[in-house]
Amino acid sequence: MNEAILALAIGVLAGSGIWLLLRPRTFQVVIGLSLLSYAVNLFIFAMGRLRMNAAPIVPAGAAADPAAFADPLPQALVLTAIVISFAMTALLLVVLLAARGLSGTDHVDGRERK
Amino acid sequence: MTALQWHEHLAIVPVLLPLATAALLLLIGEQRRALKGTVALGSLALLLGAALMLVLRADAAPMVYRLGDWPAPFGIVLVADRLSAAMVLLAAVLGFAVVLFSLGRWDRASPHFHSLLQVLLMGVNGSFLTGDLFNLFVFFEVFLAASYGLALHGSGAARVQASLHYIVINLTASLLFLVGAAVLYGVTGTLNFADLAVRISALPAGERGLLEAGAAILGIAFVVKAGMWPLCFWLPRTYGAASAPAAAIFAILTKVGVYAVLRTSLLFFGEVGGESAGFGREWLLVGGVLTLTFGVIGVFGAQELSRLAGFSLLVSAGTLLAAVGSGQPAVSAAALYYLIASTLGVAVFFLLIELVERGRGFGADVLALTAETFGGFEAEQEEVVGVAIPALWALLGISFICCALLLAGLPPLPGFIAKIALLDALLEAAPVRPLAWIMLALLMFSGLATVVAASRTGMRIFWVPERQNPPPVRPVELASIVLLLAATAGLTLQAGPVMRYLDEAARALHAPQGYVHGVLRP
Repeated sequence: MNEAILALAIGVLAGSGIWLLLRPRTFQVVIGLSLLSYAVNLFIFAMGRLRMNAAPIVPAGAAADPAAFADPLPQALVLTAIVISFAMTALLLVVLLAARGLSGTDHVDGRERK
Repeated sequence: MTALQWHEHLAIVPVLLPLATAALLLLIGEQRRALKGTVALGSLALLLGAALMLVLRADAAPMVYRLGDWPAPFGIVLVADRLSAAMVLLAAVLGFAVVLFSLGRWDRASPHFHSLLQVLLMGVNGSFLTGDLFNLFVFFEVFLAASYGLALHGSGAARVQASLHYIVINLTASLLFLVGAAVLYGVTGTLNFADLAVRISALPAGERGLLEAGAAILGIAFVVKAGMWPLCFWLPRTYGAASAPAAAIFAILTKVGVYAVLRTSLLFFGEVGGESAGFGREWLLVGGVLTLTFGVIGVFGAQELSRLAGFSLLVSAGTLLAAVGSGQPAVSAAALYYLIASTLGVAVFFLLIELVERGRGFGADVLALTAETFGGFEAEQEEVVGVAIPALWALLGISFICCALLLAGLPPLPGFIAKIALLDALLEAAPVRPLAWIMLALLMFSGLATVVAASRTGMRIFWVPERQNPPPVRPVELASIVLLLAATAGLTLQAGPVMRYLDEAARALHAPQGYVHGVLRP
């Protein structure tokens, strides 16, 4: 059940992201990329197998059974991926504004289609 | 653990040195240009020295550097084998020449040029050295972030528009990279290259489908960077719009994609890849041949010089991808030689174009081509006999000829040796596959196309009777071009030792047991 919900969420996010990515307005492209990166982040998370109510950190000094813990590595990867995609989106927004200012239109090609 | 000798830290120098330099350069104000230039150039000279030492050491044995001394599959490793070391050296040579060139005027076009360039070099070096899939992603992002800044360097509507497309395409490719890396992790439970190679060979048949899907997605992310058709339409436009030094250093970015394809495909799906051995090779071969075709058509059709250079880059990318796809050690060795020669060649071309075009008005190429086609504007020209060519134009012209010879693969420059080596290695396989024949024919034809296109534009630029004032060229800019051409000449003179080195690099790539043992050794 949990897996089905997660899979649906990733699918909906990725689908909307791709649709927006293919739209002609730069702002739609930015939102599309953001949605797509959320989908990818959830996907990385899912690749460490879905675990409910399990800690990723082994308590100090105890001999731990790996089966009782969540995989910490995808969580670390997701953290890195979030930071990177956030920074890149911010950078893209600046370029978008510059393109809007220089071309006078928010079409991705810099001119309106006749 | 025992303390490392100083030279054992050499593997991390190509990452740390540019990073520290970039930070230092940020602290120096934009108005102190001389100081900034000196620091950047000095750092590049140090990097050049470190890369040379790395090549010499890697030639003896691959260096494995464990960060924090964590054992290999758990910690992060940097691996400097022959291929990585050679690529780092190539990046350092190119970086040095580009910084030298930018001192002439381009580093003033907008702020933080030198810092961005250093960060780009850090990312590129890191990508070459890392032995871990996720770190490869991080280093990719590092150099991409810097490349966005450099693509925008100098600003202007054309650059901003081209950069917008470039950024969106690369962000999408990065997301594909993440998906591919996550699937590989989900299937194998590791991100370390060497550990991945071991686990993929032992994977049960039921999980191969998912693994190959993940690897294919990862491969798409790499070939977007490498510029494989049909994922390369952004390339000529972005590179053509970028400022000359940025475009020249971008010549190595496509090669990072080729390097990633080469490294991962041979490590994961080489001879030890179990049932998946050779996965994706046919795709690379077909994609490479298609890219080559597209590049050749583009070279014929390009009206502006910068587009011509962009399409030459695609020709080189296509050749390399097809060579990787053919999957023979001898072809890989020749391809590595071709990689070095063509990267230097395209970089010189981008720098030279800017110098030549400085003296001419915007759109001069298109006007000249129109005149050539329709025979206009020529009536009032009178017959001129024996015009003396100014020394500067002569020097630029000779550089242009060298560049064309290099890209077309004609003697005496290393492009010729690279092409002969490629043809020879391709013909060695028995029987030669139909696709390999097509690649052979295209390789020859791409040389012809480059000669035709270069002589057409060369005549238009250098052999004109009346000439405007020679372009305002500074000595450092000429020095940079001469340096790069000298490097290619050195590549010809030392072809024997270089080929021996690259041959062993290719053989180690195709038999990665040494790499795997070196990394996973306790």
